[in-house]
Amino acid sequence: MADISKLTELAQQVRRDIVRMVYNVQSGHPGGSLGCTEFFVALYGNVLKHSPKPFKMEGKNQDLFFLSNGHISPVWYSVLARTGYFPVTELNTFRKLNTRLQGHPATHEGLPGIRIASGSLGQGMSVAIGAALAKRLDGDKRTVFCLTGDGELQEGQCWEAIMFAAHNKVDNLVVTVDWNGQQIDGSNEHVLSLGNLPAKWKAFGWDVLVLNEGNNLEAVIAMLRKARRRCGKGKPVVILMKTEMGYGVDFMQGTHKWHGKSPNQEQFDSAMKQLPQTTLGDY
Amino acid sequence: MKLDNIISSGTKATRDGFGAGLLELGHTNPKVVGLTADLMESLQMQHFQKEFPDRFFQVGIAEANMMGIAAGLATAGKIPFTGTFANFSTGRVYDQIRQSIAYSDKNVKICASHAGLTLGEDGATHQILEDIGMMRMLPGMTVINPCDFAQTKAATIAIAEHHGPVYLRFGRPAWPMFTDNLKFVIGKALHLASGKDVTIFATGHLVWTSIEAAKALAAEGISCEVINIHTIKPLDEEAILDSVSKTRAVVVAEEHQRNGGLGDAIANLLVHKMPVPMEYVGVKDSFGESGKPSELLDKYGLGKNDVIWAVKDVIDRKK
Repeated sequence: MADISKLTELAQQVRRDIVRMVYNVQSGHPGGSLGCTEFFVALYGNVLKHSPKPFKMEGKNQDLFFLSNGHISPVWYSVLARTGYFPVTELNTFRKLNTRLQGHPATHEGLPGIRIASGSLGQGMSVAIGAALAKRLDGDKRTVFCLTGDGELQEGQCWEAIMFAAHNKVDNLVVTVDWNGQQIDGSNEHVLSLGNLPAKWKAFGWDVLVLNEGNNLEAVIAMLRKARRRCGKGKPVVILMKTEMGYGVDFMQGTHKWHGKSPNQEQFDSAMKQLPQTTLGDY
Repeated sequence: MKLDNIISSGTKATRDGFGAGLLELGHTNPKVVGLTADLMESLQMQHFQKEFPDRFFQVGIAEANMMGIAAGLATAGKIPFTGTFANFSTGRVYDQIRQSIAYSDKNVKICASHAGLTLGEDGATHQILEDIGMMRMLPGMTVINPCDFAQTKAATIAIAEHHGPVYLRFGRPAWPMFTDNLKFVIGKALHLASGKDVTIFATGHLVWTSIEAAKALAAEGISCEVINIHTIKPLDEEAILDSVSKTRAVVVAEEHQRNGGLGDAIANLLVHKMPVPMEYVGVKDSFGESGKPSELLDKYGLGKNDVIWAVKDVIDRKK
């Protein structure tokens, strides 16, 4: 378990990776990736019990993570590479022909760390539930984690999954919602209001935790650890995690406009000034 | 085998074969788990559920979630068998199958009952006739449409040993049983009768219909080779080309749209390797409707006489 100063440095380097990867191919999704950087660094750097090498698809006796909102692949790839799943230099292949780092995460090319394709939204929670059920059948006490977007909750399948997990007491499951309030066409409020999200999850029978500081690394670590402690008590656990889209790059922050847009040269230079290189080094 | 030796030993539904096969798998393969979306008894999965309640998941009327859960179970090493009607197993959840199962190469067995017109009185909302086409377009998907009770049971057992996603399609009505002693191998065509004038390639319920048609044609002096293509993907190209090189005329019979089904799969092969006259027995770009299975098969051109006419037409074109 790395100490907090190391993880803070890792988070800064991950942010640099995200912007460089997206700039490099002039495509990809920086906004949500930057907003979820603390989550990924906390999860992989502190919380998960996992073995990057050799990567095993079945993940027996390990914690598992499923990303449902697959478009934030840059942050996941950076964190996977920097926690030992594959060489950091491979980040340079993001979205290029013949890469294992597909635009949206996929198992097809055999990238270690990825267990399911995602990108078409609304499917990841169901998959995570299936993996959690398998762990239960096998007497495997580890936890299954899943991240979903907030706009993604507009997909009906999410609520099928939410209903199922509560009914079947899938209590080895921690779902986190990236509650940044934004989606492609604008704010959730503007596009399709999610209403009272904590009350909705509670009404569906989940143990609901709210984290207001989703871009505070220590707070995210503490909340993920708390969520794990709440497992095994008959209810699936959800963390509604407030984050700021684009966090860490001032002109990308707090707006939906950088959901799936790459910076130009001038913007890239400005972002790099805000995110100086760390001792970890660029890929 | 001689046509006259192919006789029915009675009738049972292909879905009963699925239920029997799944129960047997429960005893022999601890990795096998079952899921249903509120159609357990329609799929005859209650036998498995009673014996192995911990390995059976009632998902409720939520097919998309069922496909995702199955993908997750497979990720963690289980062999999930999902069970619902063919319509809800394919069209309703195509994107879930495409992304979470096929593209992700998950070892999920999508088991689909009540396919085609023979679902009967419930009508066109439930009579899917496009499912084979949708599923055979997915890279890596194995597509199997067995023809009777024994073949469905054998296919159910066989797909557990095959690694990769499978679409297993079967039906609702009681149907003649005739493959009790015949071996089922995924991807291997089943040669039912030798003939020299035409080859009838048939799948699913239309195999028995084709046997009956071939018997009637034999009485008129027309010699039909009858081959059961239970595995539509991967197609047994060798068996098909072997037969066609001899008969030089083809009829394909299936309970499916002419677009996208077994007929198109065979036409695609023959147009590249061995172009010969060919006729389709299948639904002509139409939805079904309510009625008795036999009435519907006749109305939509899938009856014994339709196979007979198709054979005569194709032989005419051969001359």
